[in-house]
Amino acid sequence: MKTFWKNGDAFVWLTGGALAMALLMVTGLVLLILVNGLGFFWPRTMYAFTLKDGRTVVGQITMRETVPQPDAAEGTPERHRIQIRQGNRDLYGMDFLWVDEDAIVSRAAPVELAVIERREWGNFHGRVEALREGAGGRRVEGEEAWLTLQAALPAAHALNAQILDVERNQIGAINAAQERIRLQVKKLARQGVTTGAAVERLESELTELQADYGLKRKLLATLREGSGTVIELSAAGDRRAELALGDVVRAYRPNAMGAGAKARFYASKLWEFVADDPRESNTEGGVFPAIFGTVMMVLIMSVIVTPLGVVAAFYLREYAKQGPMVSAVRIAVNNLAGVPSIVFGVFGVGFFIYVVGGAIDRTFFAEALPTPTFGTGGILWASLTLALLTVPVVIVATEEGLAAIPQGAREASLALGATKFETTWRVVLPAVMPSILTGLILAMARAAGEVAPLMITGVVKLAPTLPLDGQWPFVHLERKFMHLGFHIYDVGFQSPNVDAARPMVFMTAILLLLIVLFLNLAAILIRGKLRKKYAVTAL
Amino acid sequence: MPPDTRPVVPPREVRADALHHPPMVEISHLSLHYGTKQALDDVSLNIPPNHVTAFIGPSGCGKSTLLRCLNRMNDLVDGVRIAGTIRVHGQDIHDVALNVTELRKRVGMVFQKSNPFPKTIYDNVAYGPRILGTVPRAGLDEIVEKSLRGAAIWDEVKDRLQDSALGLSGGQQQRLCIARAIAVEPDVLLMDEPCSALDPIATAKIEDLMLDLKQRFTIVIVTHNMQQAARVSDFTAFMYVGRLVEHGRTQELFTTPREKQTEDYITGRFG
Repeated sequence: MKTFWKNGDAFVWLTGGALAMALLMVTGLVLLILVNGLGFFWPRTMYAFTLKDGRTVVGQITMRETVPQPDAAEGTPERHRIQIRQGNRDLYGMDFLWVDEDAIVSRAAPVELAVIERREWGNFHGRVEALREGAGGRRVEGEEAWLTLQAALPAAHALNAQILDVERNQIGAINAAQERIRLQVKKLARQGVTTGAAVERLESELTELQADYGLKRKLLATLREGSGTVIELSAAGDRRAELALGDVVRAYRPNAMGAGAKARFYASKLWEFVADDPRESNTEGGVFPAIFGTVMMVLIMSVIVTPLGVVAAFYLREYAKQGPMVSAVRIAVNNLAGVPSIVFGVFGVGFFIYVVGGAIDRTFFAEALPTPTFGTGGILWASLTLALLTVPVVIVATEEGLAAIPQGAREASLALGATKFETTWRVVLPAVMPSILTGLILAMARAAGEVAPLMITGVVKLAPTLPLDGQWPFVHLERKFMHLGFHIYDVGFQSPNVDAARPMVFMTAILLLLIVLFLNLAAILIRGKLRKKYAVTAL
Repeated sequence: MPPDTRPVVPPREVRADALHHPPMVEISHLSLHYGTKQALDDVSLNIPPNHVTAFIGPSGCGKSTLLRCLNRMNDLVDGVRIAGTIRVHGQDIHDVALNVTELRKRVGMVFQKSNPFPKTIYDNVAYGPRILGTVPRAGLDEIVEKSLRGAAIWDEVKDRLQDSALGLSGGQQQRLCIARAIAVEPDVLLMDEPCSALDPIATAKIEDLMLDLKQRFTIVIVTHNMQQAARVSDFTAFMYVGRLVEHGRTQELFTTPREKQTEDYITGRFG
């Protein structure tokens, strides 16, 4: 035992143990997220429960827990209750139901129980009774109705895509053009021109667009009418319902699916999650706009923070005369990294949005006032705020890299008649590149996970348009955007349907982790290449 | 009487009038302070063209400082004060009209630790000419080859010019640094203990090279190694605590030193 202490084995165990502890916590966290999130899209068995009071409940089991019995005598057997997702929010008023297992008389899993994902009101759980085609079409019942429904779905989806295209792109373009003309008219009016050729020309253009808009509305109305096919449904408790074919996202029978079909279904849900827009106040559908917003914001932030931080670090290390003043600045920069992020958010609102954005609005978008263009939260201001938040990280990393470059490298260049700038540009900058990327990696990891300052500088719960789209000028830095971190907060804590949203929280967390991982891996790869190219170890 | 440990100086031709010709570098009454510490004290010295001049002396005697004055590398150190004049080609190097980068193009330098850039061999040699910007792209190949030949390393690297310079051995790296320095065709080549980190074979190669190079350049070398000074230099300056103790033909300085301090140093009684 004495030698154990003497050899320093204790210290090895202590350090190893600390590392193991840290790893355990991290893997525990990741595992928790994975377990809770990844199972969400797997189709679960649909049960039809018969309860003691004679009711029937149809749904999927989402949770099982012990009923607490604080007053029970010792030895009382444990009782359990299950949470059933019964769906049919429109019929029953709530999606989820807790049932004591004692109250269940029997449970069965009939094959014909179907889950129908709807565009509104969440899932329908029940049976498909019949399918009625519109405008004098036929009516089919039973199994044939199910098969007809499956066959008709792709066409219905195509129709929906078309409606979306008309709504978003075609009418969106008309709206944008109208807005531009309206602003031009307003601009002329501000200059005192209310009549004349220019105004008339604009007004005639406006009329043309209005006519166009009317046509699109008509087109939309016909499209919305669709095939007129209606599905007749029945749910537990002898409830009847009808559903237009166009409102169906998916219809499936989990009890009839094999493992392969379930896997295909899982993949399709996963794809929807990463590639589609959210539905039902973010509790269903996908998170694509949030992914897009997160990545775009991080990239804009990188583009801003890297030059700023690198140039500042170069001044501090290469040009400034080292002394108490520079040391003070250095300490201040380091401390800046410890300032709570919400403080940066407040600064972003106060300075970027109100001062800078307001000035931009008054100068370039005066005709749109009082509606703010840049004078309100947007992806540019959020990125700038985060750039400010992360600039100390880049400065510190770059400075450390600069300090590690041997003086010999600089002297060799200077001795050849290079100026200080040539030396910095041709020798020092390439050598410090890996350190810059290290700083950038840290900055990106911090920025991607930050939520607090974004909430007040431009992130919203639901953004109807992406900051990058087909409308001129294509990049809309003034637009509000969605963000995965905020999405987690919103879905988890601001959702009207908490039970349905919970798995979405975990899935979104997985995505956020993956994106951070992906961005970091990309930067690490580039850094590895640069390190190889500009190795300075031999100096 | 201790045994004579003075290094053997091989006989070599030194133009009798070398010291009387217009010198390449004239140092007069040079004093230098780092803050409050005096590093050079009233040093006056002429360096003749196309010969090798060696600065010897114990550690901290100021020989490297003196060398670094010649291309104003000491400017990079904070708190340096310099008094006295240095003329290269008759021109005062502290003249405000003279750009320091111009001076450094005329006075090249090879450092104690080989310091090739983390670039390819080719880019290392081409660095100086590219900075100068006077050479057309096509002429660059020629200059690189000529410089590498001049530094006696061409045959070893001609097949891998696009490889990283950091893959070379220590001796090769040092010769590459010499090639890099001579690529800009300086008048004077300063060498700050160029062989102190090299093995004897690499050292011998560089010493041979110096004898070649003095046909084209004026070489000033700082060395700890008296045998090396004796082997390669035509003139030797012995320095001690910031002062120039003795300066003369290498053969004379090593065989018949005028000063007691010099004799003590070269016979190894201190240093």
